[in-house]
Amino acid sequence: MEFTIANARLLDGSVVDVAIANGVISEIGNGLNVGKKVDATKNLMIPGLVDLHTHLREPGREDSETVATGSMAAAKGGFTAISAMANTFPVADTAGVVEQVYRLGQEAGFCDVFPIGAVTQGLAGKSLAELGAMANSKARVRIFSDDGKCVSDPLLMRRALEYVKTFNGIIAQHAQEPALTVDSQMNEGIVSSKLGLVGWPAVAEEAIIARDILLAEHVGSRLHICHLTTAGGVDLVRFAKARGINVTAEVTPHHLLLTDDLVSNYDPVFKVNPPLRTEKDVLALRKGLADGTIDIVGTDHAPHPNEDKDCEWQSAAFGMVGLETALSVVVKAMIDTKMMSWADLVDRMSIAPAKIAGYARHGQIIKVGAAANLTIIDTTANWVVDRNRLASKSKNTPFEGMQLPAKILHTFLNGKQVLKDGAIMNGGAIE
Amino acid sequence: MNKHLLSINDLSEDEAFEILNTASELAKISDGPMKKLPTLRGRTVVNLFFEDSTRTRISFESAAKRLSADVINFSAKGSSVSKGESLKDTAQTLQAMGADAVVIRHGASGAAQRLADSGWISASVINAGDGTHEHPTQALLDAYTIRSKFPEFSKSFKGLRVAIVGDILHSRVARSNVLLLTKLGATVTLVAPPTLIPVGVVDWNVKVSYDLDSVLKDIDVLMMLRVQSERMANSFFPSEREYSRGYGLDITRLNSLNSNAIVMHPGPMNRGFEISAESADSHKSVVLAQVSNGVLIRMAVLYQLLGGAALTGEVSV
Repeated sequence: MEFTIANARLLDGSVVDVAIANGVISEIGNGLNVGKKVDATKNLMIPGLVDLHTHLREPGREDSETVATGSMAAAKGGFTAISAMANTFPVADTAGVVEQVYRLGQEAGFCDVFPIGAVTQGLAGKSLAELGAMANSKARVRIFSDDGKCVSDPLLMRRALEYVKTFNGIIAQHAQEPALTVDSQMNEGIVSSKLGLVGWPAVAEEAIIARDILLAEHVGSRLHICHLTTAGGVDLVRFAKARGINVTAEVTPHHLLLTDDLVSNYDPVFKVNPPLRTEKDVLALRKGLADGTIDIVGTDHAPHPNEDKDCEWQSAAFGMVGLETALSVVVKAMIDTKMMSWADLVDRMSIAPAKIAGYARHGQIIKVGAAANLTIIDTTANWVVDRNRLASKSKNTPFEGMQLPAKILHTFLNGKQVLKDGAIMNGGAIE
Repeated sequence: MNKHLLSINDLSEDEAFEILNTASELAKISDGPMKKLPTLRGRTVVNLFFEDSTRTRISFESAAKRLSADVINFSAKGSSVSKGESLKDTAQTLQAMGADAVVIRHGASGAAQRLADSGWISASVINAGDGTHEHPTQALLDAYTIRSKFPEFSKSFKGLRVAIVGDILHSRVARSNVLLLTKLGATVTLVAPPTLIPVGVVDWNVKVSYDLDSVLKDIDVLMMLRVQSERMANSFFPSEREYSRGYGLDITRLNSLNSNAIVMHPGPMNRGFEISAESADSHKSVVLAQVSNGVLIRMAVLYQLLGGAALTGEVSV
C-alpha cells in the first residue's frame, strides 16, 4: 500500500505532501497523488516516538498487559518503537525470552518492540545474565537493565559496564540504593512525614547515580540513568557530561508534571517507583530536559491490574501506565510552559532515544529514503483522559480526568498505517 | 461534623472543643444512676481490628455499648483476613451486614482513609490507628485529660506547654497530638534523638529538642511515647540503656518537673525503659485517667458522627 499524507506541517514550518511506498518516504513535495490519501491539513508530522522504557508484562503477567495490548497503546500514543523491560516472569535474561518478546512484537505489528535484557540472572543482582547471547540473538539486544531493581553491587555494575563494550551495549540503571529504601513508600519529606509513610530519600537515588557515573568514567563505558527524579540527580548528570563521561539520562512524563503532595489522599494510583518528588525537583527536571542534560523522555509505562491498585497504599503495586499520555504530558509540561520547542520534543522523544539504542529505522529526520515511521498530531486539540478508553489492558493512569493538549491522529509503522484518526487499526494495519 | 473521623485535620478547633464538651456532658451522665444511654439503639458499630489492640478495642466497644449500639468485633487474627482476604472484601462484607460505623485499626498508614474514600462502603469510618499515620481519638482523649487537669485552659490551650518524648517518627499518637494540640493553641516541643524525628518536622509548627533535661522545667504536660525495642535493631539508637539514660523518665527527671505538671503515656508502657515504675505510678501520672477518658471521648465521637438524638432529656427515658 502506498500513501500520500497531504498538507502536513513539518518541524521547520513547511507544509508538504509526503508520499510513502515500500515502507519508506518515497517523495516529498506539493500536489503529490500516490496511493491512499491521508489529509493532514493543519497537523504536524514528526518521526514516530521512541520509548526506551516500557513494561509489557508478557510473559507472565498477561492479566495486566500483553505485548499486543502494549503495542496498541504505543501506537495510540504515537510511538513506533518501544523497549520491553526485562522484569517479566520468567525474566528476560536469556536469548529465548528476548526472542519470544521480539517475535510477539512483530506478530502484533503495531510498533517495533525491542527487548531489553536483564543485567543479572533473574534480576537477583548476584551474577551476570548471558548478555552476549542476548546481544547475538535475533532480538539483537543492546540495552540491558534490571529495572525495578538496582544493580546495587558496585563490582557487578563495573563488570556489566565493561562487558557490554564488546557489542556497544549500554547499561540502563534503576538508581535506588536498596539499604536506604527498605519498605519505602513515597518521597521522604514534608508529605511522607505527615502521612506516616516510610520515606524514600533523594539521596538513595543520587548516591547510585554518583557511583555509576564514576564507574562509567573509570571503565570508559556507556551508562544510561533511568527515570531521574531529583534535582540533585540532574546536577550529577550535568557534572558528568561536563567531564566528558558517556552518560545519558531519562525522565518520565509523570515526573515532569506530578508532585508528592498528590499522595495525600493515599490513592495508590500515585504510587510509583521512583516516587513522585517535590515541585523543586519537577522544575529541575524540566530545566534539565530543556537544556539537554536529560537526553530523553522514557515512559516507564507500568501496567497493573485493578486489584493491585484498589487497596490500601502499602499493599499496592508501584507503577503507572503512560504510553498513551506521554506526548501530551510532555507538551503540557515543556511546550505549554515555553521551556521547549516541538523540535526539542522530537529530539527528546524520538531522535535521541533511537540514537542511544541504535534503532536505525526510527528517529530519522523526515526526508526521502527515511523509514516511514511517522506520527501525525493535531497540536491545537485538547482531550480529557478517560481510563476506560485506554488501549492498554491496565487502567492505572494518574492523569484520569485531566485535560491535556495535543492529540495523536495517525501513526505509521514502516509504511503501514496502525492508527487512523486516533483509533487503532484493529482489523490489522492498512498496508 | 463530618461523616468520618480519619485525621485530626478533619476537625476545626470548634469541632474539637465540641467533642471535648460532649465528653464532659457524658461524664456527668455517667456519674448518674443511668450509665447506659439509648442514643444509638438499633445502630451497628463494627470494630475492625487488623492489629492486636485489646485496649483500644474494648474502649470503643464499651463506648458503643454505653450508647446502646449493637457491636460486632471483627479481628483479623483467625479470620479470613489472615487467609489473604483483602481490605476491600472485608469492608464490603461488613457493608452487606449493615454497619453504620466502622472503627478500623490497621497496620497500613492511610487504611482508614482508603476505607472512607474508595466507595467500598457507605458507613462512617473512625480511625482507631492507621500504621504510623494517626490515632485521632487518642489525641482527643489526651486533650480531654489535659483540660480536666488544667481548668484554666478549658476554652483554649493558648499558653499550655507540652513536650512529647520518644519515637516521634513511628508514632501515630504523636502525629495526632501535634495536630490537635497546636490546633487548640498549645506550644508543643518534640523530644527525641534525631533518628526518631521525621525529616518533614519543619512543617509541623513545633519546637524540636534532642535534650530532654533542658525542656523539663518549662512544660505543663510531659507526654511519654512507647518506644519499641525493635527500633534498636535498626540502629535508631545504640542500646536500650543509652536510650533510657537520654530520654527515659526516671525519678530525677520526674522531680525536676513543675509541681503541677502532669505525666501522660498512651500505653502500653515499657516500665523501666521509656518510663520508670515510680514515674508511671506517681501522683503526677494521669495514665489511668487517660484510659477512662478514652471511653467518654469515643462515646462523644460516635454520638457526633452517627448523629444520635439529643443527650439531654433522654437520660431519664
